[in-house]
Amino acid sequence: MARVEIENITKRYGHLEVVHGVSACIEDGEFVILVGPSGCGKSTLLRMIAGLEHISDGTISIDGEVVNDVAPKDRNIAMVFQNYALYPHMTVAQNMAFSLKLSGLGKDETRDKVGNAARILGLEKLLDRYPGQLSGGQRQRVAMGRAIVRDPEVFLFDEPLSNLDAKLRVQMRAEIKSLHQRLKTTTIYVTHDQVEAMTMADRIVVMRDGLIEQVGSPLDLYDEPANLFVAGFIGSPTMNFIEGAMEADIFRGTGGIECHSNLPAAFHGALVAGIRPDKIKLGKSGGPFEVLVVEPTGAETQVVVQSGDLQLVALVQGRVTYRPGESVGVTLDETAVHFFDARTEQRIEHLDRNLGSVSRQ
Amino acid sequence: MSTSVRPKTKFRHSRLSARNREWIAGYLFVLPDALGLLVFLGLPMLLSLVLGLYDVDGFGAYRFVGMANYTKMMRDPLFWQSAKVTALYALMLVPLLYVCGLSLALLVQKTNRFNGVIRSMFFAPHMVSLIVVALVWQFLVVDKIGVLSRLTPALGLGGISFLGDPDYALFTVVAVSVWFLMGYYMLIFLGGLQDIPAMYYEAATMDGAGPIAKFWYITLPLLKPTSFFVIMISMVAAVAGSQAFDIIWVMTGGGPANSTSVLIVYIYQQAFSFGAFGYAAAMASILVISLMAMTGLMFLLTRGGRFSYE
Ligand SMILES: Nc1ncnc2c1ncn2[C@@H]1O[C@H](COP(=O)(O)OP(=O)(O)OP(=O)(O)O)[C@@H](O)[C@H]1O
Ligand SMILES: [Mg+2]
Repeated sequence: MARVEIENITKRYGHLEVVHGVSACIEDGEFVILVGPSGCGKSTLLRMIAGLEHISDGTISIDGEVVNDVAPKDRNIAMVFQNYALYPHMTVAQNMAFSLKLSGLGKDETRDKVGNAARILGLEKLLDRYPGQLSGGQRQRVAMGRAIVRDPEVFLFDEPLSNLDAKLRVQMRAEIKSLHQRLKTTTIYVTHDQVEAMTMADRIVVMRDGLIEQVGSPLDLYDEPANLFVAGFIGSPTMNFIEGAMEADIFRGTGGIECHSNLPAAFHGALVAGIRPDKIKLGKSGGPFEVLVVEPTGAETQVVVQSGDLQLVALVQGRVTYRPGESVGVTLDETAVHFFDARTEQRIEHLDRNLGSVSRQ
Repeated sequence: MSTSVRPKTKFRHSRLSARNREWIAGYLFVLPDALGLLVFLGLPMLLSLVLGLYDVDGFGAYRFVGMANYTKMMRDPLFWQSAKVTALYALMLVPLLYVCGLSLALLVQKTNRFNGVIRSMFFAPHMVSLIVVALVWQFLVVDKIGVLSRLTPALGLGGISFLGDPDYALFTVVAVSVWFLMGYYMLIFLGGLQDIPAMYYEAATMDGAGPIAKFWYITLPLLKPTSFFVIMISMVAAVAGSQAFDIIWVMTGGGPANSTSVLIVYIYQQAFSFGAFGYAAAMASILVISLMAMTGLMFLLTRGGRFSYE
């Protein structure tokens, strides 16, 4: 087990800088997820930790030792690739044993270790198969087996579930999580799926355009997103954003939205208010909003409503009787409204959010 | 009386399913080539098989002799000598081309300007007429005058007669053949190397493999289809290739003392120097049949170069 420290890491391809000096610290035994939109530099960062990419600037240390110039195999890191990269000409057992074979481990010991990993992952019956004869989920498990036989200090995963169907993804998510709980190996996991990040991570690192936007536990990010980007990225369905400004202690937004806030009255700039879909209540009927779409998912129902230019998504518990075209009123849970500076996109801290909800029509 | 109201006219144009049409289109595309092969290769092969049963005199008179040409072959020491030389030539050429082609490909695999130039250099001999190549080499190694022949005594190797000594001549033509052909095999290997996804090398890096381990455990096994292809075509090239013939014919003409007389050279001599077309045709048939048997066997043993897991 190990602690991974990333300090001021920069990556340039020629003159193109794709990671702009990021720092983060992954504690011993922690499960940290790097999340962000495509092209933001997650894989690049992960590959620099693995040693597959040269580090242009900054340092990466594992357990206090700077590893910038340490060969990948000497970093004691195992990596699970997005496409698994299982050697097609080797059986499952050979795939898992490959690193042990290279390290010169004896036959018996190798067999024990492979057998052990296979048992943990439920691969015992597949040991003699070739990767081409396995399903996606099985390949995924072999890729993990190949990583765990080495008993590394750090696990790296690069979007390991993106090639699986939705159901299998949920299952593998749980398996990876329980594997981590069992092995307690420091894990850095890359994904662009925020649900994966929310459900699996001890801490999430949100990246955008080669920079870290915020680091925190899933619920921290959910409850107190540092900026508009994180607010919009974390949570599903996405947070609703309403542009507007303060007038005395009332926020007036587009679509005729108003809500009380004790935001520093001195704040004069343009604002963006954010509200999660489940913090929006829909009135009975009659009101300025028109129901556009009703999407029942069983336990809850997603309702899209519109007023003027403003479209809001509301998540309603249970089932609803709204019909598209119907007009409804909208109530925000004012304790749950987030405010962002429209110019800097940064969060504005509330002084106090214990106002209680006030409804408006 | 039918109640079916399927609008028949609407689908008339597609009586052939899309899949069948694709299939037919595919065959139409290969038809010209297939016809060419049939007319210019299949037919002559069949004819030479038939011709092998005849005795042809210099004036174009044909006499059916049955298996006489074949029994003559069995008793002809020069035939056996040529068969032996052919086998030796192939046994040296095939592995050498494999090793040299692959080594060159590995050497210039990384794409950069420098390697681009080197790649062209190794392929350059193919831009020149093979006859010229053979003549240039002959000039380089010919006794007394050749540059290399003069160089060897200076290096203390004694006066090696590269083409004049039956002990060396075969090695010399093998060396020139390798030199000439390896650029071509380098290109084939480059293509094969390019087909191996980089992720396997990255996974191997993480698994702790160095360059040598990567070569043995990743490159070589994943190169199997290419290796199969290379061994197949280099075998054919060695036994029946026009390039092998050109090089040997120009440089030694099969000599000295028949030491470089591969079968194609001997067949050529029988046909065009001695007018023994029937005998030559019979030998050519044997050559083709044994080559087919060998490649067929190899195809079966290696499942056509496919991976065992496919
Ligand atoms: N070899 C390279 N040369 C130049 N630019 C590169 C190279 N590899 C990656 N990039 C650029 O670096 C940026 C980050 O790429 P990276 O693969 O890390 O993104 P990512 O966050 O993993 O995205 P995804 O979710 O799509 O995998 C991208 O803009 C990409 O175009
Ligand atoms: Mg990526």
